[in-house]
Amino acid sequence: MVDIAVVDYGMGNLRSVQQALRKVAPNTSVSVTDDAKIIAGAKRVVFPGQGAMPDCMRELDARGLRQAVLDAAQNKPFFGICIGLQMLFDHSAEGDVPGLGILSGEVVRFASELKDAQGNKLKVPHMGWNRVQRINQPPQATITPSSGGGGLGSGSIGAHILWNGIDQNSRFYFVHSYYVRPHDESVVQATSDYPQPFVCAVARDNLFAVQFHPEKSAAAGLRLLQNFVNWNPV
Amino acid sequence: MLAKRIIPCLDVTAGRVVKGVSFVELRDAGDPVEIARRYDDQGADELTFLDITASSDDRGIIFRIIEQVAEQVFIPLTVGGGVREVQDVRNLLNAGADKVSINTSAVLNPQLVADAAGRYGSQCIVVAIDAKQVAPGKWEVFTHGGRKATGLDAVEWAKKMQSLGAGEILLTSMDKDGQMSGFDLALTRAVTNALEIPVIASGGVGNLQHLADGVILGGADAVLAASIFHFGEYTVQQAKQFMAVQGIEVRL
Repeated sequence: MVDIAVVDYGMGNLRSVQQALRKVAPNTSVSVTDDAKIIAGAKRVVFPGQGAMPDCMRELDARGLRQAVLDAAQNKPFFGICIGLQMLFDHSAEGDVPGLGILSGEVVRFASELKDAQGNKLKVPHMGWNRVQRINQPPQATITPSSGGGGLGSGSIGAHILWNGIDQNSRFYFVHSYYVRPHDESVVQATSDYPQPFVCAVARDNLFAVQFHPEKSAAAGLRLLQNFVNWNPV
Repeated sequence: MLAKRIIPCLDVTAGRVVKGVSFVELRDAGDPVEIARRYDDQGADELTFLDITASSDDRGIIFRIIEQVAEQVFIPLTVGGGVREVQDVRNLLNAGADKVSINTSAVLNPQLVADAAGRYGSQCIVVAIDAKQVAPGKWEVFTHGGRKATGLDAVEWAKKMQSLGAGEILLTSMDKDGQMSGFDLALTRAVTNALEIPVIASGGVGNLQHLADGVILGGADAVLAASIFHFGEYTVQQAKQFMAVQGIEVRL
């Protein structure tokens, strides 16, 4: 049984994700896998994704991994990255395709002709380092109180435990043209601005997912992954 | 607010980082893995590696370098040089590159850009354009390290690359490259205004004001430089602080 399964459905490069997990958890086994049995047996699952959402959904199904991902998202620590966040929702405007429907909401594109406050053109994809503002949610039974590890106090009350040790407004690396619009605001764990606020992190129960790439976000990204690796949601 | 990116560029040949003017008098700048770590420590937003190896025998070296860097440095890595087919893109991504830069091969075979973007996503396909001014407000695309004219208009070519799926344009002025006199700001502005996708300005940086000018006057989304960082003249952190003072959003 592996500690962490990184779901490989043939879209994009998963080596960076694997390297970053090995860096933060040198004594755990990390398997990049397209085997539903390994995913089912893993203690934790990371669900990345790159490219276009219709391709990602098609390739996930072509490899027979849909059920394994649905199950993992229900019953073990589960971390979605980029398209791996978007696929959790009901529907994407990219290719007008249904997602996995684990979370209620849509995936929509940034408007074209975006401008910043100075009137400069904002490019799409939204590419580069942007600030992430975590959202404090009312305490839930699903958010475990920080215990041990010295992390207590670094996340203010209501901030998800995965933000422990990460400063408010830290910068993370993004590259995407679409973003999620959850129907249930209580799942929102962070937003970023481009130029309007958009949701860049969600969580529910054992699941946490982000639009940015923690594996490419230097110290803040590694800390988030490390928090996930040590996360034991009830 | 999204930060403007500073990207140190490492020209690599025979396992070493080198820098010269127009490929002559190459000066050794050190070990690529060490240099990559140093720039990461200094707060570089991304790193770009260009494999300028002439002989195909030595192509394997860049893969080992990228593998080592990717184990230690957790920021985006772009690799270019000698990318001719989709398999080359795949091999570089597997070695640890996050983006692959395509230059000459995009001109010889534009379908390569479409195929690579279709297979691996636009986010990892950078098209590098080497441009030379041919008339006021007119720039032509050159290939083969700036030696071969193509007859293509740089702005039109950039738009075509965007339409084929490029996620980003790395724009180098051949007139300015190695001159240390600043970017070709008119070229940068012309290309960035014509595109939806981000543009990285390259070629000509000799001081920190040049970097700031690339963003403020040129409208670049990111700025790339080599020599000013390699030989210890400035650190990436100094560059960012300088830009921040000028009101540019940077990741400090």
